[in-house]
Amino acid sequence: MKFSVLTLAASLVATGAFAAEPVAPADVVYTDGAIEASLSGTAGNPEEGAKVFGSRAMGNCVACHEVTSLNSNFPGNVGPMLDGVGSRWNEAELRGIVANAKLMYEGTIMPAFYKVDGFTRPGNGYTGKAAETLEPILSAQQIEDVVAFLMTLKDE
Amino acid sequence: MKFKAMTAIAALLLSVPAMSLADPDEDQLVLNGEMESVTETAAPAHLSDVLDTIYSGWRFRENETQALQMDDFDNPGMIFADLGLDQWNAVEGEEGKSCASCHDDVTESMKGVRAVYPKWNEAAGEVRTLAMQINDCRETNMQAEPYKYNSTQMTNMEALISVQSRGMPVNVAIDGPVQATWEAGKEMYYTRFGQLELSCANCHEDNYGNMIRADHLSQGQINGFPTYRLKNAKLNQTHDRFRGCIRDTRGHTFDVGSPEFVALELYVASRGNGLSVEGPSVRN
Ligand code: HEC
Ligand code: HEC
Repeated sequence: MKFSVLTLAASLVATGAFAAEPVAPADVVYTDGAIEASLSGTAGNPEEGAKVFGSRAMGNCVACHEVTSLNSNFPGNVGPMLDGVGSRWNEAELRGIVANAKLMYEGTIMPAFYKVDGFTRPGNGYTGKAAETLEPILSAQQIEDVVAFLMTLKDE
Repeated sequence: MKFKAMTAIAALLLSVPAMSLADPDEDQLVLNGEMESVTETAAPAHLSDVLDTIYSGWRFRENETQALQMDDFDNPGMIFADLGLDQWNAVEGEEGKSCASCHDDVTESMKGVRAVYPKWNEAAGEVRTLAMQINDCRETNMQAEPYKYNSTQMTNMEALISVQSRGMPVNVAIDGPVQATWEAGKEMYYTRFGQLELSCANCHEDNYGNMIRADHLSQGQINGFPTYRLKNAKLNQTHDRFRGCIRDTRGHTFDVGSPEFVALELYVASRGNGLSVEGPSVRN
């Protein structure tokens, strides 16, 4: 009895149907700024990632970056244009850049999207009030989705 | 030597996005067809290691917005300056006085005042913003209730007083008794606030001229305050703008009138030393 439950659990993990606990921001292992392992254990969905990238309420990456295929209104140009970025970096590197770009680019203006400590006067979202508990700006799955989207941006 | 040069080149290449050419436009601000305004000038000496040239925020706005500020009949901010003039002449408080009782004609007595604020008040031993001085006059000389720091009445009065200095160069002192406050403001300017970890300098020094989404980033100068914003259709005060910018870093802001914002205002004002006073300006 005990044995068969275990086998069932193991086979669920193997097929990906069993959602693993996401890696907490503090437990993420960076190697030269890159993150090898998936943060959520579930493969990223590039369509969801495109939404996270463009939405002001989620990643708001378009505030600083342009991607030609997205056709967004008023993309910013504080950061580099990201066409072809999936050819410049591998998945682990992109995961690291989105989770905490400061490790890849020292002193960069790009915010860290999967970090919960080390801030000066963190706020409660965009209310201007003090934060009570801090969640990372994006969830583990949203990071995976954005990374999957970035991986689709290949040079022709 | 060779190694050093290589590193310098590499560093330049890496920082290219942040250093892409800043592009204020070439327009010239002439008020009412006669008064020339300095919207571009050499950066004050204390900024020489970070900026060559300072620009008014006016230079980063669209032509239509710029035009609204070029003629007092089109500038919605001037309506509030007129309301300020009514307040100037209104008797209030236990002493039975108005501003005019002590200062007579605002066009004479307030000429040049806006240009040197915030400034040191010797008797009180503190750095005062214009709003603080206005309230001190109300409380001490008129025995009247102070205005709320960012109230409509306060902003109207600031607009009236700014108008008397339009065209004159901003010239706030940064040394002597104000130096410690100025240093504290400078430290704040370079502090990366909030969950987005952005400092004033990240946006207004490193990226002015760039677009952050639909917003054309200026140098964040305050020579145009108070500012009539088309976005909220009212006159806006310096400390409200600071509050909005820190809120946008997903940060916990400071209060209007707080010692922190007084220090930040002194420092930011000093970054505009040499630009013309424009208040009330028009922005989007
Ligand atoms: C406030 C500005 C800002 C925001 C917001 C921002 N970035 Fe960036 N990003 C930058 C800058 C600037 C760089 C270049 C690194 C540097 O020079 O500091 C960069 C670099 C990158 C790179 C590497 C680019 C290359 O060409 O090699 C990727 C990938 C990236 N960002 C993805 C994202 C994603 C995804 C988001 C949102 C979840 C995002 N960025 C949000 C400013 C930003
Ligand atoms: C995330 C980017 C960002 C940060 C960080 C930021 N600002 Fe701003 N700020 C803006 C934008 C966008 C505007 C509107 C366009 C413009 O004038 O630059 C603005 C406008 C201003 C203005 C109005 C300028 C004018 O001519 O009317 C002032 C003053 C200002 N900021 C000061 C500050 C100060 C001081 C700080 C730090 C406490 C700060 N900002 C931090 C984005 C930012």
